[in-house]
Amino acid sequence: MFSYTFHWRAAFQALPQMLAGAVVTLEIAVLSMIIGIVCGIFLALASGSHSKILRGAAAVWIETARNTPALLQIYMAYFGLGSLGIHINSFAALLAGIAFNNAGYLAETFRGGLRGVPETQARAARSLGMTAPQAFRIIVLPQMMRIVFYPLTNQMVWAVLMTSLGVIVGLDNDLTGVTQNLNVLTFRTFEFFTIAAGFYYVIAKIITLSARALGWRLFRY
Amino acid sequence: MIEIQDIHKSFGSLEVLKGVSLNVEKGEVVSVIGGSGSGKSTMLMCINGLEKIQRGRILVDGTDVHARNTDLNKLRRKIGIVFQQWNAFPHLTVLENVMLAPRKVLGRSRQDAEAVAVQRLTDVGLAEKLKVYPSKLSGGQQQRMAIARALAMEPDYMLFDEVTSALDPQLVGEVLDTLRMLSSKGMTMIVVTHEIAFAREVSDRVAFFHQGRIHEIGSPEHVIGNPQQPETIAFLKSVL
Ligand SMILES: Nc1ncnc2c1ncn2[C@@H]1O[C@H](COP(=O)(O)OP(=O)(O)OP(=O)(O)O)[C@@H](O)[C@H]1O
Ligand SMILES: [Mg+2]
Repeated sequence: MFSYTFHWRAAFQALPQMLAGAVVTLEIAVLSMIIGIVCGIFLALASGSHSKILRGAAAVWIETARNTPALLQIYMAYFGLGSLGIHINSFAALLAGIAFNNAGYLAETFRGGLRGVPETQARAARSLGMTAPQAFRIIVLPQMMRIVFYPLTNQMVWAVLMTSLGVIVGLDNDLTGVTQNLNVLTFRTFEFFTIAAGFYYVIAKIITLSARALGWRLFRY
Repeated sequence: MIEIQDIHKSFGSLEVLKGVSLNVEKGEVVSVIGGSGSGKSTMLMCINGLEKIQRGRILVDGTDVHARNTDLNKLRRKIGIVFQQWNAFPHLTVLENVMLAPRKVLGRSRQDAEAVAVQRLTDVGLAEKLKVYPSKLSGGQQQRMAIARALAMEPDYMLFDEVTSALDPQLVGEVLDTLRMLSSKGMTMIVVTHEIAFAREVSDRVAFFHQGRIHEIGSPEHVIGNPQQPETIAFLKSVL
């Protein structure tokens, strides 16, 4: 029944390589979150604006990001843009795909967060002579961030897990890419993917726990 | 000087201000009384351009508030306003709340802004609460903080919108004391209030709002002590 015998030694020897892959994974996740947060804020503002064009564009982005597979979004960034003559490498394509997805989800989160900040806050800020962007940045945004902090953390974990889709556009130096290469070379599938899963798990846990600690520090009020 | 000239203001089809005119001289304290929904808050919002008007004009030191080329952010520096609801910035400490606008709007250095903020907070009796978040303050303390925050901008005018109406009765006195202190320093103020006795005590003039108009205006002795209009009499009877 079990013709497969475990060979953990070979797998453990590959740990440094996999750790390097994990760093790339984290890198993509962090960058995709930064881009996703910035775009998500603009999308949230656009979908609440008076301009029909802005609202429409935001709706298309948000709807697509939330209702189509992330895999297709990454695929489109690589091959779709490629067929339009815009060639980007697999790292950039994966980053763009995940950032696009993050922005769509976060836009909805931010929209809810903005509703949670009373309008009187912006009005009080404006009455002190602040410009509208100042009032948003200094008064509204920090309060919104508190409201959306935990959904934001979830999205970050989700972004880490989504990086594993990089293999479909040929990314080979992230955690899944490295693991896949090792697998092809050695056929120790079970061992390598178990270790990879362990890495993903630990990264996700570290994010959740450090976010909790950060939340405690940031939002003491 | 604030000159309000025949202003009209509607929200959709609801006409809230139906031709209000009022001049407030430098150093003058004008109290505004009147029933709920009569347009008192709306008028204050129009004075610093937080609300647009459909007709008429408002001049502050000769500057037309609603003119297209008026720099409202600059104009608002000289008009302090304290609202009916609490509007402390909850994510900033008391000191930061008060320092913020002088730093970001007036471009003061941290030290200067802090010195002014501490001074203003001391004036309103909050010197012990500098590092505290607003959620730890009582309603009266929050309202006094909001007053200090407006004063830190060194405004020429202060507008108060029922700053005591959401307070427990025992906290009303401390906020009114703060307003008394300001009026004794010669601050030009428009005070929307339900505290009739207070209006009578501090005001140079009292304006009674009714259905979007100033129905009766004059000295406190006249409007509160000896009102002529039946609506004013009825209103005073209902609140006293
Ligand atoms: N942003 C708004 N949109 C629509 N209607 C509004 C708005 N603000 C005020 N109103 C309406 O305008 C009218 C006047 O409101 P306002 O707040 O000026 O009254 P007020 O005299 O301050 O009353 P109160 O004593 O209850 O504070 C009310 O009928 C109110 O519902
Ligand atoms: Mg009001």
